[in-house]
Amino acid sequence: MDKTIDIKEKLTGLGAAWSDAGDGLYRIPVQSFRKAAELLRNEGGFDFLRSLTGMDWGEEGLGCVYHLENTVTGENIVLAAADQDRENASLPSVHDLWKGANLNEREAYDFFGIKFIGHPDLRRLFLRDDWKGHPFRKDYDPSLNPLNMENESSEDEALSYEMTKDGNYILKRHPLFEEEEYVINIGPQHPATHGVLRFRVSLEGETIKKIDPHCGYIHRGIEKLCETSTYPQTLGFTDRLDYLGAMQNRHALCMCIEKAMGLQVSDRIQCIRTIMDELQRIDSHLLYISCLCQDMGALTVFFFGFRDREKVLDILEQTTGGRLIQTYNTIGGVQADIHPDFVKKVKEFIKYMRPALNEYHEIFTGNVIARERLIGTGILSREDAISFGATGGTGRASGWACDVRKRHPYAMYGKVDFREITFEEGDCFARYMVRVKEIEQSLNIIEQLIDNIPEGEYQMKVKPLIKLPEGSWYSAVEGSRGEFGVFIESHGDKFPYRVKFRSTGLPLVACVDTISRNAKIADLIAIGGTLDYVIPDIDR
Amino acid sequence: MKRNVNIKSMKYEDFNDNEYIEEMLKELRENGTNVIVGCLDDVIEWGRSNSLWPLTFATSCCGIEFMAIGAARYDFARFGFEVARSSPRQADFIMVAGTITHKMAPVLKRLYDQMADPKYVVATGGCAISGGPFKKSYHVVDGVDKIIPVDVYIPGCPPRPEAMLYGLMQLQRKVKAQKFLGGINKGISEKEYEKLMRADTNIKEDFKDYDESGLA
Repeated sequence: MDKTIDIKEKLTGLGAAWSDAGDGLYRIPVQSFRKAAELLRNEGGFDFLRSLTGMDWGEEGLGCVYHLENTVTGENIVLAAADQDRENASLPSVHDLWKGANLNEREAYDFFGIKFIGHPDLRRLFLRDDWKGHPFRKDYDPSLNPLNMENESSEDEALSYEMTKDGNYILKRHPLFEEEEYVINIGPQHPATHGVLRFRVSLEGETIKKIDPHCGYIHRGIEKLCETSTYPQTLGFTDRLDYLGAMQNRHALCMCIEKAMGLQVSDRIQCIRTIMDELQRIDSHLLYISCLCQDMGALTVFFFGFRDREKVLDILEQTTGGRLIQTYNTIGGVQADIHPDFVKKVKEFIKYMRPALNEYHEIFTGNVIARERLIGTGILSREDAISFGATGGTGRASGWACDVRKRHPYAMYGKVDFREITFEEGDCFARYMVRVKEIEQSLNIIEQLIDNIPEGEYQMKVKPLIKLPEGSWYSAVEGSRGEFGVFIESHGDKFPYRVKFRSTGLPLVACVDTISRNAKIADLIAIGGTLDYVIPDIDR
Repeated sequence: MKRNVNIKSMKYEDFNDNEYIEEMLKELRENGTNVIVGCLDDVIEWGRSNSLWPLTFATSCCGIEFMAIGAARYDFARFGFEVARSSPRQADFIMVAGTITHKMAPVLKRLYDQMADPKYVVATGGCAISGGPFKKSYHVVDGVDKIIPVDVYIPGCPPRPEAMLYGLMQLQRKVKAQKFLGGINKGISEKEYEKLMRADTNIKEDFKDYDESGLA
C-alpha cells in the first residue's frame, strides 16, 4: 500500500493531475509522459497494458488513454496524455515497455494521425496506405476517400519518427524485408486464416523468419459509428464484433453504460446474463475445436463440434430469437424473459455435453498426428503473454491467470465456485487443452446457477433517452477469447463522445510474429488455429 | 422448348418469386433452339445446377452460418454444394458472406475475375446487400452489387441456414433456366481476356523488362 502512495506522489511530482470524472484518471503532460510510463512499468510493476485508446479532445488536442494493471497486486491505473498541436501531434512511444503497445500505437496513428516518437514501424494498421486523412478526428471529411477499386500495393518500408532537440521530426525508413528474403503472402482470402487476415511471411526453406500481419480487411468503423448513435443504438454493433462472443460483448457494453448511469441491475438479470455468457463460451469453444481440427485435416471433429454447437444454439434461440447474433442484453436488463423450457433444456444439455467431451479426446486429443503437431509448437512465454496483453485461453495456457471473472468479478462470478484453468507449457497443445477444460468449468458454473435463478424483473426501469454524465468509464468481461473491454467517454450528450472496444484478438495477432519465428510454415496453421482470433473483432 | 426448373421435393408454387424465372424461360422460348442442342443443353444444365461448387469466402458473421450449412444438421451436400473450393479457379459461385469494406473491395473484385465462366454471385446478409447496419460507415461498401453483378440476394443478419438453402435453390433454378451452349459459355477472345487480366493487376506493358537471360 505504501508503494502505491509512493508511486502516486511521484506521478504528481511529474506534473500529473488527478481528474475524478467517471472512473478517474491521471492527466500527464506530454513532456513528462515517457518518464511517468517508465516509472509505472519499472517501479510500480504495472506490466499489463489493458487498453490503449486514441482520443480527439478537440481544443485540448489529440492524445491517448492508457489503462494499466499490475498483474501481481491487481492494481489498476489510468493515464491520459494529450498534445495540443493538432497538425503535428506526437507522443513518446511506449512499445518497448509493453509489447502490446506496438499495434495499438499503429492503430492510434492510423485513426488520429498521432506520431509516436521512437516507434519502429509506424505504418497504417487498418486503412489502405494511400488513405487520405485520419477518420477518427472530429473534423474528418468522409468525401476525401471514395471507394477506390485500384489494387492496393503493399508498403515495403517501415516508417519511424525521431525528434531533434529543436522540436523537429526526422522521418526514417527501414526496409521490412531484406532484398534476398523469400516472402510469401497468406491471405486475405485463405481458409486457414479464420477470416480476412493477411500475413506476409518471410521464409528460409520451410522455416518462418518473420511475419508481417496486415489487418483492416474487415475494418467497419464501428467505434466511429457509435459516436453518432444513441446509447441503445450502440448495442447492436457489439454483437457483430466477435460474433462468437455476442452475449459477452454486449454484456460488457451494457455493464459499462449501467456503471456510468449508476444503475444496479437485479440478481435475476445478473444470473441470466451469467448463464448466457457461459452458454456462449461453450458455443465458441466448440467452434474453436471444430475449426482447429478442420484446419489440421480432422474433418470428423468439425462435424462433432457443429453437432453439439447446434444444441447450444437451439437453447439460445428459444429464449432470444437469434441463433448466432442474439441481441439479447439491453441497458438495465435483458430483451425478454427466459423461455419456460429454458431450465429443462439447459439441464438436458449439461447431461449430454459432459460425456460428449470424451469423444473429442478419443478422436483428436490422443491422436498421434495431432499431438506431434501441437506439442511444443508456437511457445508463448508468460512474460510475453503479459507484455502483449494476450489474455484469454492463450494467456492461461502460458501460465498467466488472467481470467477477468477472477480478477474483477462481475455479475454472478463472485458467488459461484469454478476453477481457473492454467497450463505452464504455453504451446499449441496447452492452448487447445485450456479450451476443452473450460467447457467443463462453464458447465459447472451453469449447473450451480440454473436451479437458483432468483425471481424478479428481467428489465429495470430505464428512461427512453439515456444521457451519461461527463466522464470516462472502462469495464471488461471475460469474452470467449480474452478480456473484452469497453471504454466510454461521455461529454454529457445522448451520444457517446468516444467508444473504444478492447479487442481480444489484436494482442493475439501481435504475438504471432514472436511465437512463429523458426517454426515451420505448416505450423503457422496450427498456431493460428490455437490462438483463436476472430477477425471482425480485431478490425472493428 | 420446355425447361424443367423444378427442385426435387419442393413444388414450383412453394417458391415465392417465380416471375424472374418465367421471364427467363420466356426469353429462352422466344429465341428457340435446335432440338438436339436443346436436349443436350437441358442435360448440361441439370448436371451443372446439381453440382455448384462454392468458393470458401467469408469475411464475417454470415461465414459462420455458411459453415453451419456445411455441417451435418443443414448439410448442403444434399443439393450438391458440398465441394467448397479454396481456389477461385475451381469455384462456380461466390457466396459473399459478410461485410465488404473499402480495403477488401478490390480483393473481392479480383477473386471474382479469377473465377472461370459461367460464374455466379450470391449476396448473403444485410451487409453484402446494402451495407446493413454499417451503411453509414466511412469504410464499408454499401452493397456488393456496386462492384460485381449479383444473382441472388439472401436477406438476414445473418440469414438462417434455411434461408441460405432457399437462396441457393433459387440459384439452382436460375442455372436451370439458362442456355449453356452458345449462351453463357460464349467466352471472350483470348486477347480480350489478357487485356482484362492486365487491367486487373494494374500492370502496364512493362512485362518486357523482365530479364529472361537466365531462363532455360
